[in-house]
Amino acid sequence: MKRFRRHGQESQRERIKQELYGFNKTVEHGFPHQPSALGFSPSLQLLAIGTRSGAIKLYGGPGVEFMGLHDENAAVTQVHFLPHQVELVTLLDDNSLHMWTLRAHHGVSELLEIGRFTLTGPPGAPPSVTCVTAVLAHSSGDLLLLGTEGGHVFVVKVPGFRELEERNISLEKVTNSVPEEYGGRRILEHVESLQENPVNQRQVLIGYGRGLMVIWDLDSQSAIKHIPATQQLESVWWTEDGGHVLSSHSDGSYCRWKVAGDDPQSEQEKSEVPYGHFPCKAISKIIQLPTEQGPPFLFLSGGMPRASYGDRHCISVIHSKTHVALDFTSRIIDFFVIRDGPGHTGEPSALVVLVEEELVVIDLQTEGWPVIQTPYLVPLHCSAITCSHHVSAIPLKLWERVLSAGALQNTHYSKKPWPMTGGQNLAPDPPQRDLLLTGHEDGTVRFWDASGVCLYPMYKLSTAGVFLTDSDPNDNLNQGTEGEWPPFRKVGCFDPYSDDPRLGIQKIHLCKYSGYLTVAGTAGQILVLELNDEAAEQTVEATVADLLQGQEGFRWKGHTRLEVREEPVTFPPGFQPFALVQCQPPAVVTALTLHSEWKLVTFGTSHGFGLYDYQQKNNVLVRCTLNPSDQLAMEGPLSRVKSIKKSLRQSFRRIRRSRVSLRKHHVNNAAKLQQANARLEAELAEMELAPVQRKIEPRSPDDSFTGLVRTLYFADTFLSDSSHNTPSLWAGTNGGSVFAYQLRLPPVECRGEDPVTAHPAKEIQLMHRAPVVGILVLDGHGSPLPEPLEVAHDLARSPDMQGSHSLLVISEEQFKVFTLPKVSAKMKLKLTAIDGSRVRRVGVAWFGSNRTDDYGESGLTVLTNQGDLHVVSLPGVKLQVQYPCIRREDVSGIASCVFTKHGQGFYLISPSEFERFSLSARCVVEPRSLVEVPSQTPSATLPRALPDGASVERRNSTRDGVAVLQEIQKSLEVDQTTFLENGTSALARGKVLSNGD
Amino acid sequence: MNKNHRVPSNRTLGAVEVKSKFGAEFRRFSLDRFKPGRFDEFYRLLQHMHRIPNVDLLVGYADVHGDLLPINNDDNYRKAISVADPVLRLFLQRKEEADYSAFGLDSLTRPKKTVLAAMLLRPDANRKKPPVIISLPRDFRPVSSIIDVDILPETHRRVRLYKHGQEKPLGFYIRDGSSVRVTPQGLEKVPGIFISRMVPGGLAEGTGLLAVNDEVLEVNGIEVQAKSLDQVTDMMIANSHNLIVTVKPANQRNNIVRSGGGGAASRSSGHSSDSGTSFYGYSSPGTAVATTPAHIIQNFHPEELESDEDDEDLVVEVDGEAVPIPRASSASCTIPFIPRYVPHLDLRTTNEALASRNNAGSLGTLSTADRSLEGRSLEEDGTVITL
Repeated sequence: MKRFRRHGQESQRERIKQELYGFNKTVEHGFPHQPSALGFSPSLQLLAIGTRSGAIKLYGGPGVEFMGLHDENAAVTQVHFLPHQVELVTLLDDNSLHMWTLRAHHGVSELLEIGRFTLTGPPGAPPSVTCVTAVLAHSSGDLLLLGTEGGHVFVVKVPGFRELEERNISLEKVTNSVPEEYGGRRILEHVESLQENPVNQRQVLIGYGRGLMVIWDLDSQSAIKHIPATQQLESVWWTEDGGHVLSSHSDGSYCRWKVAGDDPQSEQEKSEVPYGHFPCKAISKIIQLPTEQGPPFLFLSGGMPRASYGDRHCISVIHSKTHVALDFTSRIIDFFVIRDGPGHTGEPSALVVLVEEELVVIDLQTEGWPVIQTPYLVPLHCSAITCSHHVSAIPLKLWERVLSAGALQNTHYSKKPWPMTGGQNLAPDPPQRDLLLTGHEDGTVRFWDASGVCLYPMYKLSTAGVFLTDSDPNDNLNQGTEGEWPPFRKVGCFDPYSDDPRLGIQKIHLCKYSGYLTVAGTAGQILVLELNDEAAEQTVEATVADLLQGQEGFRWKGHTRLEVREEPVTFPPGFQPFALVQCQPPAVVTALTLHSEWKLVTFGTSHGFGLYDYQQKNNVLVRCTLNPSDQLAMEGPLSRVKSIKKSLRQSFRRIRRSRVSLRKHHVNNAAKLQQANARLEAELAEMELAPVQRKIEPRSPDDSFTGLVRTLYFADTFLSDSSHNTPSLWAGTNGGSVFAYQLRLPPVECRGEDPVTAHPAKEIQLMHRAPVVGILVLDGHGSPLPEPLEVAHDLARSPDMQGSHSLLVISEEQFKVFTLPKVSAKMKLKLTAIDGSRVRRVGVAWFGSNRTDDYGESGLTVLTNQGDLHVVSLPGVKLQVQYPCIRREDVSGIASCVFTKHGQGFYLISPSEFERFSLSARCVVEPRSLVEVPSQTPSATLPRALPDGASVERRNSTRDGVAVLQEIQKSLEVDQTTFLENGTSALARGKVLSNGD
Repeated sequence: MNKNHRVPSNRTLGAVEVKSKFGAEFRRFSLDRFKPGRFDEFYRLLQHMHRIPNVDLLVGYADVHGDLLPINNDDNYRKAISVADPVLRLFLQRKEEADYSAFGLDSLTRPKKTVLAAMLLRPDANRKKPPVIISLPRDFRPVSSIIDVDILPETHRRVRLYKHGQEKPLGFYIRDGSSVRVTPQGLEKVPGIFISRMVPGGLAEGTGLLAVNDEVLEVNGIEVQAKSLDQVTDMMIANSHNLIVTVKPANQRNNIVRSGGGGAASRSSGHSSDSGTSFYGYSSPGTAVATTPAHIIQNFHPEELESDEDDEDLVVEVDGEAVPIPRASSASCTIPFIPRYVPHLDLRTTNEALASRNNAGSLGTLSTADRSLEGRSLEEDGTVITL
């Protein structure tokens, strides 16, 4: 009977878990890693990017995004939308073609792969015959022309990929229909380009690698014209009136050919090498677009003088007398031009350029052609990301102030709206304002609006101005001198070069209520900043914190301290530094926490930790945690150069070895093959003889970096006796030690004069000596203590001070709850001993039920070194759920993970992309968007489009239903917030541990 | 001392003949073999028999091998009764005059090593005597044991290493490797974790129970299959205070042969002077294993392993004195402060702390004694085979 009842409880708990937790990877923020192809549909107003890893990403209006991944792990080399349809075709470098479509499902569109195809040549033909080099999606919407390396053009019916063999344009057919001197004399080489006549869709221009171009009539199956270019062909453009063809060539020239008239051979009207005289590089793509009145726009990529500017990545835009060479900081992948007008045939409005590290959009209709700020695809990595920090539910006041500070920085951007408008964003408005802060190698902190699907840049803070660095900031400004040729103009913000690595930001902590921000960097610098709406000139005084405290035998071999500017510095509106602490030795700051109510900042390095009073601008406490026998920490920053060198050498050896054996394989001799196999076996055996070994030894206090401070935490709790709660500071180290200090704060009226004092109260040495990664105090109800000022702003229930508090110490190996004020072990959850994984990241989150709005629980969100996510309940420290999330080999991904207070999180999947995930069943931010079949459907496809159109109607009605539901939900959420604010709820809001961010 | 063995049939009698010597005096009496009672009762009986009610005594008995072993708790008292053959020869000494060196084979009284040892060896509350008696010889403490012989395949060995409170390093390395498994599809190569190296002088080497190229199958009851080398390393380090590894020894010749028995089954840890008794080593003589495997069982119960290091975190309060963290009373798994005579299978080192070192007699756990009582047909008629 008892057993039966317990079973019932368990299943009920399982049900609650399902209502609280659910794992989803929701959206990728940032810029795709290694883009390799670009496509654009003017009718859908969608942009498509293919990557080298086989991903395909579609972007429309802000918030409209889709992602797909090819099963093959091959690079996407071309992307083509079928004109006036929702299908697109991708070509991979394994020569396979893939058909994708946007299909509506439950009112939102999904990107689906619906077909794949590989050209098969005649039996016995070499593979080059079918190796696709050029793709033309014919405007009829049901034909695909595939030009190949062998010079043939295959015609395929889509979307089903049916080969129309009788319509193929073989090399023989072409050579037969052009004069002997072009066809027979030389091989035409591969098909470089396929273009459709803009005014006659039955005519197609085929450009061959050697230069010859042929205009082919699809109906008569014959060549009606040929263009006898002689230079290696790079790209072809058929002007809009159909009268001219532009060709660009590998010698940096482009030619204009007249194709109107009946003459079977076109004559060259013009040939030009724009950056002439000296040898130039190829012009890889050419576009010419007319304007209503006046001269056309001409766009050329490349063509720079080989010797002097051959390494530049340029697109030249020529319009009338204006000629600008846009100079990008990374390789150009592709570009296209967006045009005005309902049929997308009007004035060119924006140039969209995909370069390897960012997407740049140039406003062509505003004087000076300014850049339009992108609402997505932001280059997060314009300087390498060194840390990140997430703040949930930003008060509106702070939000607006940050926004306005950011607006002042973005005056050089175009004011035009984002030109890509495809699709409808159906995602509900984000329930709250969330801020993601990223620290960068160049000493900047970037503020991103992370509330919704689009990660939007809000504000950029630079800390470099406080310090004297080697570089002169004016260096970059004196460029673009008068009369320079080519007329370069730098565009794009990707700049991976840091002037001084010591400026790198390592830890960030923002108080969302007071607007105080503290950032800490690589050279032991800790800045405290305040949000100021006006520009101000001030001198930042540095306070040195000697963390060694007279420790003997120390020799710091690392970098020197940053030099502080002694003259006053003018800081623009925004966050302005007013206090600076510099650690001595200047080791990287490993932990940082701010308490805005007490006006205290605490920081830690591998040598110890300190407490700084930023109101009185003095150090309250400095504590050395260094172990005298720890030589590594004594000598300088972590140096892994040696081991990397060693492993590189080993892997090179391994590669060389395998090459040797591979060469053997090629010998067509069975005996030799066997010999090679035997050798390979022997090599494998040899590798097994000297494998990686791991020593099994308990940690000792003499291990390296045991004194490194991993986490710092402020708590108002019962440290010394159970009747009086006092402010306290907690520090956890790499060696499994916890130090607790009791703080005495003067009353508010003499806070400016009387000193803050700190007294050591407790030290705990964990027996297993695993690094302490998080410390948290739970109140009498078992809820985490609220953040500073949270209660004062009526945003959290005040903590329960009646019941006894408990202390949660999270080490890499286990979660352990102790009683307070007398520290005795209460309960624990072992992690490493059970499954061998270790805690890498931990946060506190509040999980709301997705069924009822009034139920929720606090929990710990945990990421392990195996890349698994766990939720651990509070205060019971029981494992709730576990999901695999990141590959365990992806060390940087795991290290970059940051949790939000509502069960979401971010981690880097590449240097430039954040993956957003959700562990909460209620709080999920994911793209929901709908793309409809364009209304302007050509008659040929109308019958097929009709049923689809009907479903659009249905979708509209469901969308209304969705909207109503959203409305209801929103009102419910408002109710819930007030519920919380009234303090009647038993739910505690999340509280982030001071771990690592 | 007596090395003769009586006819086993005598053992079937319900009474144990006791011959007790104090100074020059002898007393003879008998005890019920099946209801030996408790040690303190026995102790009072001795005082009464010799008419020395107020003299503190050290009680010793001669075991089958002629070693003089102490009787100072219920466990070794029952053990002494159970092995009486049929005469139980007792030697009483005045505590003040006790000659400790008489005990064991070379039981020199060693200096106390750790405070911990003293704590672990604290006597039960019923004892009138100071703890020093019980700990004879004082620093006896297991450093390794073979466990779960009854439930493991013969080809596997579960070894427990007691790192606890010891200066000596665990002293071994592990590596990746491949092992051959029998599957329905035939033999298959699967990745495995192997011991790659022993540190000379380390605990692992000293036990003689682990060797290079032994495949590691489990760590503290958790299979390591499909786990990476780093994961297994972390698991072992996390459990290093009380590490239980199940291995498939590279050398399969020393495996326990459960059917048939025989001396060859033994792989005693006794060949190293520093190693403690393995329980298996104790039980290996003769055919004992075959008939009463229960006798040597010390099963592994993961839940009992819980929180065995809990008490060891150190807290320094304001006054600066270090104290081990006590467990709060609300703890889910409570362990009595005085852990002696806990009537359940407890793996705590305290219970094994008295295991004698060289296979002669057992001062083992209560459970061991219990089971040995059940397995009455046990024969112990040979010397321990050591390798």
